[in-house]
Amino acid sequence: MPGFISHQVAARGLSLLRLRPVAATMRTYSSATKEVTMTVRDALNSALDEEMAADPNVFIMGEEVGEYQGAYKITKGLLDKYGPERVVDTPITEAGFAGIGVGSAYHGLRPVIEFMTFNFSMQAIDHIINSAAKSNYMSAGQINVPIVFRGPNGPAAGVGAQHSQCYSAWYGSVPGLKVLVPYSSEDARGLLKAAIQDPDPVVFLENELLYGESFPISAEALDSSFCLPIGKAKIEREGKDVTITAFSKMVGYALKAAEILEKEEGINAEVINLRSIRPLDRDTINASVRKTNRLITVEEGFPQHGVGAEICASVVEDSFGYLDAGVERIAAADVPTPYAANLERRAFPQIEDIVGAVKRVCYRSLPMVATA
Amino acid sequence: MAIWLAGRRGASYCVKALISTTFRSSRSYTTAFASNGNSDSLFFCGNSSSAAVFGSQRFESTKARQQLDLLSSDDDEEQNQGVDFPGGRVAFTSEMSFLPESSEKRVQCYRVLDDNGYPLSSTQFKHVSKELAVKMYRGMVTLQTMDTTLYEAQRQGRLSFYVTSYGEEAINLASAAALGFDDLILPQYREAGVLLWRGFTLQEFVNQCLGNKNDYGKGRQMPIHYGSNKHNYFTVSSPIATQLPQAVGVAYSLKMDKKDACVVTYFGDGSTSEGDFHASLNFAAVMEVPVVFICRNNGWAISTPITEQFRSDGIVVKGQAYGIRSIRVDGNDALAIYNAVGVAREMAIKEQRPILIEALTYRVGHHSTSDDSTKYRPVDEIEHWKTARNPVSIFRKWVQRKGWWSDEEESEFRANVRKQVMDAIQVGEKIEKPPLADMFSDVYEEVPSNLMEQERLVRDTVKRHPQDYPTNIPL
Repeated sequence: MPGFISHQVAARGLSLLRLRPVAATMRTYSSATKEVTMTVRDALNSALDEEMAADPNVFIMGEEVGEYQGAYKITKGLLDKYGPERVVDTPITEAGFAGIGVGSAYHGLRPVIEFMTFNFSMQAIDHIINSAAKSNYMSAGQINVPIVFRGPNGPAAGVGAQHSQCYSAWYGSVPGLKVLVPYSSEDARGLLKAAIQDPDPVVFLENELLYGESFPISAEALDSSFCLPIGKAKIEREGKDVTITAFSKMVGYALKAAEILEKEEGINAEVINLRSIRPLDRDTINASVRKTNRLITVEEGFPQHGVGAEICASVVEDSFGYLDAGVERIAAADVPTPYAANLERRAFPQIEDIVGAVKRVCYRSLPMVATA
Repeated sequence: MAIWLAGRRGASYCVKALISTTFRSSRSYTTAFASNGNSDSLFFCGNSSSAAVFGSQRFESTKARQQLDLLSSDDDEEQNQGVDFPGGRVAFTSEMSFLPESSEKRVQCYRVLDDNGYPLSSTQFKHVSKELAVKMYRGMVTLQTMDTTLYEAQRQGRLSFYVTSYGEEAINLASAAALGFDDLILPQYREAGVLLWRGFTLQEFVNQCLGNKNDYGKGRQMPIHYGSNKHNYFTVSSPIATQLPQAVGVAYSLKMDKKDACVVTYFGDGSTSEGDFHASLNFAAVMEVPVVFICRNNGWAISTPITEQFRSDGIVVKGQAYGIRSIRVDGNDALAIYNAVGVAREMAIKEQRPILIEALTYRVGHHSTSDDSTKYRPVDEIEHWKTARNPVSIFRKWVQRKGWWSDEEESEFRANVRKQVMDAIQVGEKIEKPPLADMFSDVYEEVPSNLMEQERLVRDTVKRHPQDYPTNIPL
């Protein structure tokens, strides 16, 4: 998408002349097809590296981001390259370093604050919302906060209730914030670079289990001036029978479910990768529903007041007449996440849950009894 | 990432320099004020080696320090044998003793004038010119008069809310006078006097309280939530103590600018219970940033007295706990505040370190117009502080004795200011409210499409039902 890339290039001047940083970026080549792949971890690392090289005001702060190379190695190599003033290891106080990050943004720095998991961001949520999100408005434009809060969100595997909650709905409801949810490596690179360059506070929700996953990545996405627009969803798979919206890890599940549905039921599903929770790309979602007439929303967060509820309301408001079936929301079970592996599996959406829901909205099977 | 104060200087330095901070202490290092010969430099707490290159200690975190500090070997209080641990070498003892929860004597309070405005004997302080003293005094009277008038306006229903600074006029004006205009202020909400000193006009104060279209906050905040970029005064934010870690962050950014400026942040005694207070003091010390923390310990957090707020000896001892140089000052003594803040600022900038000032005072007024403090404290206690310990009266006596002020000037000035405030209210009430577009701007840097859509819908609705739309809000 050259249009907005050139805008970024113009703003950055010499960015095209910059050598691509080598640091921890690893691109592997698949021998059969000569396709370049990259893990999400490397994608994030390269995005951070490039943005720090481009703008000396960008700095990283969080627990274990420096000498430990990052709790999940996302910031690997950056301390050695940029020094301790720009990769700041902090004491254990999320409220403290979130507040300090916001303060530094008040005075012109561009912090990237890492939470070891967004579950711990609850200790800092006052600063994210009352200090960051609302400041530009409350000060009437005198204080703007170009800050990024990033880290893993949602469940991993076997980490229990206090490490598994998805915060997309919570942050997605706050005006003044932008909330991004990358899935692939291209998403990770493009959206993180856009987030760091954005003048508003951005909550960047990653997923721990996706860090190690490899995705093919285009040469365009590898360029240091690459950027994705905030607020635009991506149609990962085109279809005509049903729309499935998903974000983060669930995009992968939805794509697998779509394959199964194609093969076994002949149902042609359209999968939308939301990429952005706030602003939510209502236009893309509604256009898709008007085409397919059926909608499933998938998320790993709790069902009540979730992202799916918002999407459902939006579609009912804008495209009610186009729906041929009720909307189904697939979300986590309405319980704190259990630890035991068998229970945990049942507490989160699985591929067969998505397949089952699609069949129900396509009237291929009986609807479930309404619950909760 | 630890900077080990003990390791660099020896435990004795901490004890000597940080606990006794008055001129009269024979053990303090403060006599260095004579060392460079001019009266401008008032007070140095020891000489500091330049702060370690920022962060360079970190890479040696697992190695015990090799060298003993030369100072500590002279001290007969310490045994010469030490044991190494992460964090440095400590002398050990076979006598088990617990540090007491409080020392027998409380930390002394720095004071220049007594309750009648007479300079204390043998006190030394920086010379204050007539111009500066009168400006400070006028500022204190203006603040007091503005508060009285706007409080009454709230009672009449012309403002929805107001917060007074009665009893804290000296802290407000004297601290502001000691700072430079480039110093960035992050206030709590009882520091309108600091903004007043910097040139915020009475009309600008009133505009914010009325939320009219000339308010720099575009009518989005409750009254007294002032903020002004051009006066380097960050917008007041209601949640308590959130400005403290923000101040450390601003100072971190300022440190990189290498300007002759620091960050100054104000907070009350109640704020020191918040987690943010502890995180910010700790961090400020570790990151070595130029920030001055000024605590207005006025005895009350709404209805919570300090006896229920903490059990430490006030806030000054907490600074030491975090490795921060601290001082306790009489908050009702304008000259003491002026001196202490001036020196603190110099230390913060020259040495790139945080400083903590605890200003002891009394909150004479109610917490806000939503409070009636006679319900939880005796009226005669309030009266005592309002009369016998009034910072404005104390400073007035000193200024008048110097021949720089008179009773006639006093009554004329007060009447003048009161009239100006009342005029400002009348003018402000006639000004329109902010326009409709201001409801949707500044949520993000650029107005997003959903908000543009909402604004369009509102305007369409107003066109269709003009009779239902309030007349004093321009479209």
